[in-house]
Amino acid sequence: MAETRITGKAAPVSFRGVSKVFGKDVVAVEKIDLDVEVGKLVTLLGPSGCGKTTMLRMIAGLEMATTGKILIGDKDVTLLPATDRDVSMVFQSYALFPHMTVLENVSYGLGFSGFAKAEARARAQAGLDLVGLKGYDERLPSELSGGQQQRVAVARALVLEPQVLLFDEPLSNLDAKLRRQVREDIRAIQQDLGLTVVYVTHDQEEALAVSDEIVVMRNAAIAQIGTPRELYDAPADAFVADFIGEANLIPCRIEAVEGETAEISVDGYRYRLASRGLAAGPAKLAVRPERIDLGGGEGFDATIAKATYVGVRMEYSLTTSFGSMFAVQDDVQRPLETGSKVKVSFKSAGPVLIPREAA
Amino acid sequence: MRKAASEATTHPVLIFWIAAGWVGFFLLPWYGVEDGFLSFGWLFDGYPFDEDFAPAAFLIAQGEKLWLSPMLLPLIAPLFVLGRRKSDAPYSAVLIVAGGFGFAWLIAQGFGIGIRGFTYDWLNAVFGELGDRQFGMGYGALVLASSFLFLFTQGIAARGAINGDVFVVSAIGGVIVVVATFVFFPIARMLFAAFISDEGGYSMGVFFSKFFDDRLWGIGCFWGARCGAALNSFFLAVCVATITTSLGLAFALIVTRSGFRFNRALRALTVLPIITPPFVISLALILLFGLSGTVTTFFADLFGTQPTRWLYGMPGVMIAQTLAYTPIAFLVLIGVVEGVSPSMEEAAQTLRADRWQTFKTVSLPLMRPGLANAFLLGFIESMADFGNPLVLGGNFDVLSTEIFFAIVGAQYDQGRAAVLAMVLLFFTLSAFFAQRRWLGKKSYTTVTGKGDSGVHPLMPRRLAWPVFIIAGLWGTFTVIVYGMIVFGSFVELWGVSNTLTFKHYITAFSVGWTEHGLHWSGSAWDSFFTTIYIAAAAAPLTAALGLVTAYLLTRQTFAGKNAFEFGTMLSFAIPGTVIGVSYILAFNVPPIEITGTGIILIVSFIFRNMPVGVRAGIASMSQLDKSLDESSLTLGANSWQTFRRVILPLLRPAILAALVFSFVRAMTAISAVIFLVSAQYNMATSYIIGRVENNDYGLAIAYATTLIFVMLAAVAFLQLIVGRTQIGRRTQFVTGR
Repeated sequence: MAETRITGKAAPVSFRGVSKVFGKDVVAVEKIDLDVEVGKLVTLLGPSGCGKTTMLRMIAGLEMATTGKILIGDKDVTLLPATDRDVSMVFQSYALFPHMTVLENVSYGLGFSGFAKAEARARAQAGLDLVGLKGYDERLPSELSGGQQQRVAVARALVLEPQVLLFDEPLSNLDAKLRRQVREDIRAIQQDLGLTVVYVTHDQEEALAVSDEIVVMRNAAIAQIGTPRELYDAPADAFVADFIGEANLIPCRIEAVEGETAEISVDGYRYRLASRGLAAGPAKLAVRPERIDLGGGEGFDATIAKATYVGVRMEYSLTTSFGSMFAVQDDVQRPLETGSKVKVSFKSAGPVLIPREAA
Repeated sequence: MRKAASEATTHPVLIFWIAAGWVGFFLLPWYGVEDGFLSFGWLFDGYPFDEDFAPAAFLIAQGEKLWLSPMLLPLIAPLFVLGRRKSDAPYSAVLIVAGGFGFAWLIAQGFGIGIRGFTYDWLNAVFGELGDRQFGMGYGALVLASSFLFLFTQGIAARGAINGDVFVVSAIGGVIVVVATFVFFPIARMLFAAFISDEGGYSMGVFFSKFFDDRLWGIGCFWGARCGAALNSFFLAVCVATITTSLGLAFALIVTRSGFRFNRALRALTVLPIITPPFVISLALILLFGLSGTVTTFFADLFGTQPTRWLYGMPGVMIAQTLAYTPIAFLVLIGVVEGVSPSMEEAAQTLRADRWQTFKTVSLPLMRPGLANAFLLGFIESMADFGNPLVLGGNFDVLSTEIFFAIVGAQYDQGRAAVLAMVLLFFTLSAFFAQRRWLGKKSYTTVTGKGDSGVHPLMPRRLAWPVFIIAGLWGTFTVIVYGMIVFGSFVELWGVSNTLTFKHYITAFSVGWTEHGLHWSGSAWDSFFTTIYIAAAAAPLTAALGLVTAYLLTRQTFAGKNAFEFGTMLSFAIPGTVIGVSYILAFNVPPIEITGTGIILIVSFIFRNMPVGVRAGIASMSQLDKSLDESSLTLGANSWQTFRRVILPLLRPAILAALVFSFVRAMTAISAVIFLVSAQYNMATSYIIGRVENNDYGLAIAYATTLIFVMLAAVAFLQLIVGRTQIGRRTQFVTGR
């Protein structure tokens, strides 16, 4: 018997001006255009209530778009119900059927896809094999640990070889250590099979770790789309800067612009960086806490308001002339004293100018 | 790869319903068969040409009942869309028009043409005398009507309603039609009957003269005369509701807040009202306090006074109803008292409130909605109660019994019965509205949210003593009353000849052995078997209808869902007597002519008990996470497959519960039944009432005792099975181990 293998049949997903309104006037998603490329893992990231889960459920067909079009592959699926879409989903609660064994759960969807019993069984076992649960066929979901249940849920979705695989906060019910492990497993399977995956989470670290591309959402709209590095290094606005990692938002003044480079001043401290199309005048600067140098020769003045030892590093709260700041230093051996005055400067490729909000 | 259903060009469901329509029109007898729904003598008795048993097509071919012929068009039309895709515009249009027209025409001809030709004068005016007539609809009409209905719903689904889900749209359509037919239509008929004058026309005057009758609203009892039935009912209901709520709260507090050791025994009490035919309590009270009752004679001998008939009237009815409905209030209030979050109470205690202050300022206010709920339930139950006032009422008229006497007694006044029923309906519906308004959907949702690890504090001492004393006295009394029921069934003639005997059981349930085999010679067997048969037939239908409705209510969203929910729960608030009267008025004439049959009993049970099934379904379905359905849908199952393979298996305990409770409730029901029984289909409860009216208490009590034990066995059986299936069910929701 030929070995049954699970392969990917990935397809791209496109949103064309999609809106979703619940009831009369609760706008969950507003006029969104988005393209998810084949074989990419795209994360929808945002605070709760930003519309990311609604987006996911619209791909699944569990919610219907109020206006606009959704395409999977080159097919318009806007009006298709979940049953008829070639999409599977891993739920936050896993949603394993408690009255069926692991194998029955995994082969459940195969039965509706026209596979013969024997083949459905072989495929389901191949799926379980893939997630490392060989030999758990006859267990009930209640006899598995949380992480195992999670993997059954993934296998159940995978074996259908869907065009798009959806994950709805799949790690939120796992404890912290397991999360890293499962996250890596999911990423490995996705890359091995070349799956198109849309992944919803509110955990920015998780998003940075697994994604090819991150879609940051805010108030039913897309705030920024980009690779993890783009988002971290060049956030489009203060919201993204603050949501992806931590950032100090500092008022500054652009003194001069030469081509792509701008010279800014913060409380007298001068620094050169990419202008990002801004003209001279007051502006906002985002600085990651770990990209700050304390106690150098140049910089602007600050007072250490609080110093906290967290093991791998020191965390400082600073008071400056324009407000408070947060900084992280790797040097834990010689901590700075609370109340001492220091000079604050930026590391190279540290700060980034925030484009003016289109208000 | 999944193939999208929207692209398919063969539609098995559509083919099935088209075929059903053709069978209904061409093969099955169009009109009701006299011998009963499940008799097939007609097959050999002139079928298919005899007019009584002929299918519609044969009638038309013979040149009769030509008004049935337009239905051929909507039968043929759907054939043309068979090869089309669902998304094609003509597909939905043809089905909607054909199904809608066919169904409407079927209904219209049914109402338009009755036993005496045209039913309405204006039809005579337009078309002239018909010179023909028709009787109630039968198999053919039933099947064809279903066919048209589901063609229509498939058309609606194809237009994209509810994501184009045929199963859900059809289920909604089906539930709406049956509820409209068997709840709203009869009630509407009854309301119209209130306006019909003796000459047959409609008049407001008739209604007002009956409505403002002194027998209804009189307040004579304040100066020694008699009060009207409406006021009597209202006072009685308020008193009973107040007392049952207080007693129920006392018992609930003992169970949850007192470290009392026999909690399980107390909880078992809640099963009593379910398995007790409503009037049995009255019988036991008669044995105790009646003219020749034990207590009465004891005190009469002691004080040398004449025994009085004080029991017959308001006091007796009140005691009986309180006994009967306290367990219901208890059942509601256990949930309420347990539902008060212990951490709230613990918080109050850490804020230096003592136990009594905590109870008064935190626990009691939090219980208030639950108390209101218990009160309104008691109010509705008391208002609707028929058996106890019938046995113990004496000169104390209440609405439910007055309705009965208006229909059954010498006065035979349909209009009066209808007016009385309206008043009764007004009271119960007001309570129902109030209940829903105040409590909204709270009563459905299980206590959710963060785990509450706190412990309920014990009752404060100054509350504990009175609660224990009251509950103890009442509990003892209940036990004595139920003991009386069993004991009384063995006494030859209460108060006259107190020797113990099996005589009553033998009369009722003796079995003889003749040359033809077993002979059920006891007088009760007939009604006993009918009852079991009818109850067993009604139970699965009730459970099915209830669960489908619950599924629609918890799992689907659609326009008009609130109205849908209201309509399906409404029959809970409609007293049995009202159902009884309205069924007689509505189903005695074509198009639906089922009085005197077993079907009307089954139908009345289905719709009387449907809310029980709905509630059971809602309660257990809201415990199942919605993501289970959704994951099944994303895995390619459609909603019917999801319902059958995921929801139903997980609901097995709820299904069993709905089955057993609708079975048991059907066995104990009396109020609607007493209007609907016939010589052929007599039910146990109405047989017992008949014995009571003949002062044959011994037999009545023996029969009632037997019923109680039969139902106890049913409930115990349920406990056994459900107890077993629940293992391994809940654990799913605990992630990890």
